[in-house]
Amino acid sequence: MSSNKKYWKSVEELNENSSIVETLKQNEFVEEIPTDEFLGDKDSLESSKTTRRDFLKYVGFSTAAASLAACEGPVIKSIPYVVQPEEIVPGVANYYATTIADGFDFASVLVKTREGRPIKIENNTLAATHGSANARVNASVLGLYDSLRVQGPMREGEAISWSDFEVETTRVLESLKGSGKDIVLLTQTYASPSTRNLIADFREEYGNVRHVVYDAVSESAALEAFQKRYNKRGLADYDFSKAMTIVSVSADFLGDWQGGGFDSGYSKNRVPDHGKMSRHIQFESNMSLTGANADKRVPMTPTQQKLALAKLYSEVVGGSVSVDLPEHIAQAVSQAATELKKAGSKAVVVTGIQDVDAQTVVLGINEHLNSAAFDSETTIKTRQGNDNEVARLVADMNAGKVGAIIMSGVNPLYTLPNTDEFAAGLEKTELSIAFSMKADETSTKCQYIAAAPHYLESWGDVEIKTGHYSLMQPAIRPLFDTKQFQDCLLKWTNNSQSYNDYIKQIWSEDILQGSSFNKALHDGFFVNDTAESDDLDVLEGDIDPEKDTATVSGVGAAARTLAGAKASQKFELVLYTKVSMGDGQQANNPWLQELPDPITRTTWDNYLTVSQADADELGIKNWNVANGGLNGSLVELTVNGVSVTIPALIQPGQAKGSVGLALGYGRKDGLKSEMQTGINAYPFYNGFNAVQSDANITVLPGEHEFACVQLHNTLMGRGDIIKETTLEIFNTYDKEDHKHGWNKVPVVSLNHEETPVTSPEVDLWDEFDRSIGHHFNLSIDLNACTGCGACVIACHAENNVPVVGKTEVRRSRDMHWLRIDRYYSSDETFEGDNKEKESADGLGLGNYVFGDREGDGSLSTFERMESPSDNPQVAFQPVMCQHCNHAPCETVCPVAATSHGRQGQNHMAYNRCVGTRYCANNCPYKVRRFNWFLYAQNDEFDYHMNDDLGRMVLNPDVTVRSRGVMEKCSMCIQMTQKTILDAKRDGREIKDGEFQTACSAACSSGAMIFGDINDKESKVAHLKEDNRMYHLLEHVGTKPNVMYQTKVRNTTEA
Amino acid sequence: MKKSYQSLEVNSTNNMKQVNHRKLGKNILRLSLIILLAFSTSLSAQEGDPAKGKSLFNANCAACHKLDKKMTGPALRKVEQRLSDEQGLDREWIAAWIRNSAAVIKSGDAYANKIYDEYGGAAMTAMPQLTDEDISHILAYTAEDVPEPVVAQVTGGQDGSGSQEGGISNKMILGALAVLFALLAMALVLVRQTLNRFAEAKGVDISETKGTPIWKAFVQNQFLVLVTAIFLLLASGYFVYGYLMQVGVDQGYQPVQPIHYSHKIHAGDNGIDCKYCHSSARVSKTSGIPSLNVCMNCHKSIYEVAPETASAEYSKEFYDGEIKKLYAAVGWDDAEQKYTGETQPVKWVRIHNLPDFAYFNHSQHVSVAGIECQTCHGPVEEMEIMYQYAPLTMGWCINCHRETNVNVKDNAYYEKIHAELSKKYGVDQLTAAQMGGLECGKCHY
Repeated sequence: MSSNKKYWKSVEELNENSSIVETLKQNEFVEEIPTDEFLGDKDSLESSKTTRRDFLKYVGFSTAAASLAACEGPVIKSIPYVVQPEEIVPGVANYYATTIADGFDFASVLVKTREGRPIKIENNTLAATHGSANARVNASVLGLYDSLRVQGPMREGEAISWSDFEVETTRVLESLKGSGKDIVLLTQTYASPSTRNLIADFREEYGNVRHVVYDAVSESAALEAFQKRYNKRGLADYDFSKAMTIVSVSADFLGDWQGGGFDSGYSKNRVPDHGKMSRHIQFESNMSLTGANADKRVPMTPTQQKLALAKLYSEVVGGSVSVDLPEHIAQAVSQAATELKKAGSKAVVVTGIQDVDAQTVVLGINEHLNSAAFDSETTIKTRQGNDNEVARLVADMNAGKVGAIIMSGVNPLYTLPNTDEFAAGLEKTELSIAFSMKADETSTKCQYIAAAPHYLESWGDVEIKTGHYSLMQPAIRPLFDTKQFQDCLLKWTNNSQSYNDYIKQIWSEDILQGSSFNKALHDGFFVNDTAESDDLDVLEGDIDPEKDTATVSGVGAAARTLAGAKASQKFELVLYTKVSMGDGQQANNPWLQELPDPITRTTWDNYLTVSQADADELGIKNWNVANGGLNGSLVELTVNGVSVTIPALIQPGQAKGSVGLALGYGRKDGLKSEMQTGINAYPFYNGFNAVQSDANITVLPGEHEFACVQLHNTLMGRGDIIKETTLEIFNTYDKEDHKHGWNKVPVVSLNHEETPVTSPEVDLWDEFDRSIGHHFNLSIDLNACTGCGACVIACHAENNVPVVGKTEVRRSRDMHWLRIDRYYSSDETFEGDNKEKESADGLGLGNYVFGDREGDGSLSTFERMESPSDNPQVAFQPVMCQHCNHAPCETVCPVAATSHGRQGQNHMAYNRCVGTRYCANNCPYKVRRFNWFLYAQNDEFDYHMNDDLGRMVLNPDVTVRSRGVMEKCSMCIQMTQKTILDAKRDGREIKDGEFQTACSAACSSGAMIFGDINDKESKVAHLKEDNRMYHLLEHVGTKPNVMYQTKVRNTTEA
Repeated sequence: MKKSYQSLEVNSTNNMKQVNHRKLGKNILRLSLIILLAFSTSLSAQEGDPAKGKSLFNANCAACHKLDKKMTGPALRKVEQRLSDEQGLDREWIAAWIRNSAAVIKSGDAYANKIYDEYGGAAMTAMPQLTDEDISHILAYTAEDVPEPVVAQVTGGQDGSGSQEGGISNKMILGALAVLFALLAMALVLVRQTLNRFAEAKGVDISETKGTPIWKAFVQNQFLVLVTAIFLLLASGYFVYGYLMQVGVDQGYQPVQPIHYSHKIHAGDNGIDCKYCHSSARVSKTSGIPSLNVCMNCHKSIYEVAPETASAEYSKEFYDGEIKKLYAAVGWDDAEQKYTGETQPVKWVRIHNLPDFAYFNHSQHVSVAGIECQTCHGPVEEMEIMYQYAPLTMGWCINCHRETNVNVKDNAYYEKIHAELSKKYGVDQLTAAQMGGLECGKCHY
């Protein structure tokens, strides 16, 4: 108080007699403190036993107790088996061969089990008969541990016992015998010889039995066309490895077309071998995975596709068909026809148009070409659904002709367009049973839910294609009180056999021809080359041999009908299936929900894909918000009086006048709330036709938040990220050719001389001697990679990668160790992009500011290049940790948590990491992932790692990372270490091919090859010396252990 | 009596001939027979040698039979007498049964079939190799009376008193010393008092010179304060560091297990190989806690411990009780000699707990490197109760990897790598560290 200064608080103090000043003096607080309110409630305060002192005591005491308790380690119990099964050794994985056959996906697979728990699905490389494990099959193991599975049989929502179920249902079935009403079995495609026999037994027992096969996503048109032509029901088999010219009219054969599984054959000819590779021309409306891989892609509406196919027929086979097509399409079709004719038997045509005429025409063309890739003898049996039968069933149910309906593997109340009719019909049946793993849309409406086991808990057999049989065997005891459809059929037919024995009997009688059942079970498959194509799969009463014995004239007529296709007045809606979701039966699988769509790179959603031109006309917009998230306009889609509100995504390459929408989303029943994503597109699936004309689109106010993992779509002329060239240049010029060099090693200036960046003089670091021991490298062939995403899911399963959910993905916090980047060209071609970038001159600021878009300064050029072309070239590039020998991440880690191993792997010690994220910032490839949260056992992330059941899928050899820790691809070091250990134990050297990573093992197209480059004879060592080999961002000088093979496009028009 | 006589005739015709020639009375005949038999090399069937019988019994019968307890087969104490008393069956029948029980059963013998059914239709292993002599030895052994339980002489009592004496003498010395010191102290006090009194009497002023108290001197000496403070800080730092470093290190962790399983008895006294029970250590990353069916391989027949197994600390009853616990867990009905099917898996307390982020593989160390289990687990064969011997810290792992040479002998996997690496490092024998055994990613993934 040395100063006498007076501080004025307010002007009121000048007025000596101010009442305000007086009040303020008396009253410390200007506003009244609501003490009365707080303490006024005397009663409750007094009645409360906890006084303030008590409260403090408790706080103090519990803190002390907690800290004391924390001093003691937890007591961990170990409970061994009482009687240990002979084949189980704790800590050692067992593999079993089995088969998935869920009605949509069919594949022979290996199941990896640990301590009796299936934890991973792998390819059964022995049984490469047809199809390998795609992303959905890889993810299917998680379905076993779905916490929302039905755990026992139910009647009207009440749990009952199986014996009650059997007694009650048998009584009703018996009463229906001879009542004139039908007993209907509505099932998925089983393609199972034993089930077929069982159903025959069932029919014999009850007489009035009808078996209706129903595929949610129908291939009925193709089946019909094939039946008409060859008098048997099935799908022609295509072996794309025998085709050098492939023309596809809207067939997404790298996706789910006709059951899928064609990608490995296709990829074989995509890698240039002795200067040759296949040529692939695609006509389609949606940008599909297949179209993205094509050498030439022509977008066109579905109507134009029909016309184009008719024209193609007339030009290849002959016959005069005049169609009205835009000039560039007509020209492309003629060109394709020329190439087909030139390739002759090495050509093949396929189509995905759901139209009997279109399918007939394709059969005709292939026959005419005498295509080697086309096989009408060996038929694919994995799609057997019959649309007409399903439609008749719905009508009969409503007419009261159906007494009992037993469903298995189907969910018609979700997948039918006319669910109301089906639901009404269902109520008129006396007995309705749904064999289902879920309380889904259909099973909840049935009287009985017969809890069905997962395929990993079931017995079964599948004839995937003629003579190619596969066996399904349980890899785990049923987790719940479940029973297979087939076991119940046996019960209903008073057969005391178990289904297992029944299969054995059928196989030894009809299939095995004397070879061992146990061997077939061990291998998982059996091929009977001599087997005649039996006609048992043909639906009874449906064949009318006289109806259409199609001849060439029949095909010609079909072509003429096609040519008469009328254009839609409004938009044409094209329904498709995503590689992640398929027909939607695995919608409760978080791995699949978070798997980015290979084309749009969007997760957790479906949306209406529209072309840029249509979007501009309609006023649809996509934009990125401040945090990078992608937002889009909402639109109302109306077809046939059904309308939904749906977000729109602008899709480069979408044909103008068409819009695309994925099936399989929008499910509600039996799903966790997080998984109830997207819009159900099945109500639009009228007449089981994927193309619906006269779609009306109006833009609505509001916006939708997408969870898209790739925010920048174009390559911006950065040709060194994805190196690509044309087959012509590849064959003609050296890779280092001065002008046309297509794989030049980048140079840097050293002492004013251009020096290759790979030479040791320009390196900051000393090279380690890695010539001793193993040195792992991974080669990724951009030509063979189709972008299917199987590797991503395999990586998830192997490495316990967490699922983070839609909002976190939107914040770019996805945890995928392996991503598949997809780039569009901004010009028509990537080559054009490069040229455009090169031609940019100066900054061009003036042009940019003043809006002179003609200017070619770099600012305006780059801005222009951010938007993809209307029909862009597409390139896929799987990117994981590149395991740089001179890793930028390692030098910046303050705690040395990431370091380099002698074997070439970049190690990450999670327990050492303190989460500074310097490494992620310094990584030029952006492959490091940070655990922003604890994703396991956290209710905020209610995915598989949050429940005991879901955690059973975790790989016990890989740490589950905690919050605040950086993680990334380890190059599956647990797998390489296991291989090394096995060799050490056996005292032998390691052969090439023994080293695998999860991604390379899952890759059925042969794009990913992993191995030891110190083994000079290994495949990967040869690939390292290949002319096409380059490293990602080689000019940075990181010396990665992952290499890419330059993409070569076959643009040579024959 | 007559029957046994006949059998004698068959067995030792030479002897019988002699007897017949002598035409002596029954008693004399028998007496002389015994004497003859005693000197004869061919031994009598009736009176076998129990000692030989014991070894034969243990070699051939003990897997399924006990003397006093029903096992896979019936208890055999005094079986011969019992059979002849109760069933009227003679030694001939027994011998036939032993040599080929199946044939006896097949012949429709009532008692044979009864026994066969009673023991769950498991036929006894045929023992055609056993001669009549062998059988008589065995029967002699089974005919022995139950031995009087040997009362263990409390020799330890003397030892105990001896040690007690030592304790007492120590205490006495200590007590004497204490008394001595007390006397000294008293004497000093008394001397001081006397001196004070003298001084008072003589008028000498013994007002004590008032020096600064030592604590004040200490406080005033800033240097000392500083040194002390530094010392205290360092000392506390040392102890805090030591405390923190042992958090989570459970060396010596010795929990009480649900069943008192003694590694000392199994691995030590009985010399069972570790990998007999922990078999997965050879092929798997985990050594595996043996499943209970492994225990039952032996404990199906070992239902009690030998009396000499008991120690001062753990009695025979205690150990037998623990075996009973095993039976309860595995669902073995010892009386009926069959599994009930009611199992109660044992919840062992896990002793060696490696954190989740550290990967350790037993087979790498046990099968490939050939390291003895004891290297890490300590003298398990001496552990009555298992405890954690090694600290299981990273430093401990790393040290071993630095020091241990890799066992590459006769292993084709190592040949090339080893040759090249040893050339590079210029050593004959490579350590695990030189092979890359210190890299983070080898154990953390």
